Amino acid sequence: MQTTLGQPTASAILFFLCFVAVSLLITYWAARRTKTTTEYYAAARQITGFQNGLALAGDYMSAASFLGIAGLVALKGFDGMIYATGWLVGWPVLLFLIAEPLRNLGKYTFADVLAYRLANRPIRLASAVGGILTVVFYTIAQMVGAGSLIKLMFGLPYEVAVVIVGVVMLVYVLFGGMIATTWVQIIKACLLLGGVTLLMLLGMAQFGFNPGSLYAAVAANYGQAALEPGGLITNPLDAVSLGLALMFGLLGLPHILMRFYTVPDAKEARKSIAWATGFIGYFYCIIPLVGFSASVLVGRDLIAKIDKGGNMAAPLLAELLGGTPFLGFIAAVAFATILAVVAGLTLAGASALSHDIYVNVVKGGHANEREQVRVARIATVLVGLLAILLGILFKGQNVAFMVGLAFAVACSANFPALLLSITWKRLSTAGATASILVGAILATLLIILSPTVWVDVLKNPAAVFPLKNPAIVSMTASFAVAFAVSLLVPDRKAQAQFEVQKVRTYLAVGAE
Amino acid sequence: MIRSVKEIEEAPEFKKLVTSRWVMAGILTLLVFITYYGFVIMVGVARDTLSTKIGVATTLGIPLAVLVIVISFVLTLVYVLWANARYDRIVATLNEKLER
Repeated sequence: MQTTLGQPTASAILFFLCFVAVSLLITYWAARRTKTTTEYYAAARQITGFQNGLALAGDYMSAASFLGIAGLVALKGFDGMIYATGWLVGWPVLLFLIAEPLRNLGKYTFADVLAYRLANRPIRLASAVGGILTVVFYTIAQMVGAGSLIKLMFGLPYEVAVVIVGVVMLVYVLFGGMIATTWVQIIKACLLLGGVTLLMLLGMAQFGFNPGSLYAAVAANYGQAALEPGGLITNPLDAVSLGLALMFGLLGLPHILMRFYTVPDAKEARKSIAWATGFIGYFYCIIPLVGFSASVLVGRDLIAKIDKGGNMAAPLLAELLGGTPFLGFIAAVAFATILAVVAGLTLAGASALSHDIYVNVVKGGHANEREQVRVARIATVLVGLLAILLGILFKGQNVAFMVGLAFAVACSANFPALLLSITWKRLSTAGATASILVGAILATLLIILSPTVWVDVLKNPAAVFPLKNPAIVSMTASFAVAFAVSLLVPDRKAQAQFEVQKVRTYLAVGAE
Repeated sequence: MIRSVKEIEEAPEFKKLVTSRWVMAGILTLLVFITYYGFVIMVGVARDTLSTKIGVATTLGIPLAVLVIVISFVLTLVYVLWANARYDRIVATLNEKLER
């Protein structure tokens, strides 16, 4: 087939401009409702469970998972499906362990939960380090992905794409705060779910809406092996470690955790996860159908010729079945997806900088409303510019490991301290601080020494650390350090406040 | 009548509420673990089982992968329905006692 991929087509530009116009209108509307810190960071806590469920799905379903998993399934078959399941299983665990206590105890950031009874300054600093590292690694992956994907689809130069994404999302976050960010996520989630559903239906129509016929066609073209487990899982320990990172990393992602403060109470937080799990689960169920359809209808050769990683499988299928207009629509959806995810990340990074570090560490919690909002906006600009800079700095680098690194740091640095502060009376300030720092440093160090960076990126012959994802080691170490240091350096003041915290955790007494 | 936070923390209903919440959360987390790691371990050690044909070409692995996602969602629903019906009611009774 002939493809117009890589050229800016009228339909792609039109759909993209429509999305930007609508989202800027929303930002204008939101900006007039964004005057206080609660409005800026938490959308005045007026988002419903259903809306937040869509927004959570929007925050989580990145362009990488849409284009990447469709491509992986198209090129590798069943192995891509195995990979897709891992991305969902964190959501129920997030609900069971963290979401409701987090909502009842905190205000704007997950550090609020830790600072409830631990000493404010050290714990805020440590959790800001964990939070900002997670956000930075995640942002690098998104920005580099944005630059390359937009270059592939629209033919725009890499730097131009990165700057457009950075500037547009900065406008959302800077002026519209969490209200605008939430609505951009909701629109993006609807567009993505709708677009992928349409693509899946058009694909399945070619096989009489019978998955069995689709799989038969896959097997006829690429052999039965395409539907069998292949070489994805060779080392079981590696698979377990990656599974831990995906499952518990979600429980430490600052931009996801922050969303639970946008709903009025724990009950809405709970409902929002049920909605999010439903939307995300549906998304990961239909993406493989898109991937398989692309492998049969477009063909693996063409998909791999245009992009080695298979990222263009879904856009190519869209062009084949719906022509250039549908390709333009799917390309614009991918662009919108990247914009929304980066906006959420920027707001999370800015809140760690301004609310945790500036207001609580530098000013000791004494800053008036006006000053807090002003600082939040300054921090947003800083984080936004940093995102653009990192995107350009990492141009052409292999950043496939960055998302894994973000999840490893999140599950090793942020998650253990967060869970223990909710459940373990004897957790002390020293214990939690040490746990966060050890988790963050160990996860980063081990990833550098692992096959993913040491061999694939730095081109050394053999890895120093054998596992591709260090979660099983770094998360365990982080928990061990939290226990050991808490017992060695106890914190009587924190223990004394545990009862009051408990009543607030479970009964929401005094919750914001 | 319970009046203070200290009293409510020591009340048997509150202790029971906290225990039941974590027992529920613990069991459901364990089920997610068994579902997901069960599938991953099967991929590692029981390739032949997953490769069994259940249709013209469809392998058993495909519906099982979908099942992992469906079970995760169902467990989420189980928790939400339990919390909406049982947990919230006990919380409401305890809060009433605290306020009066």
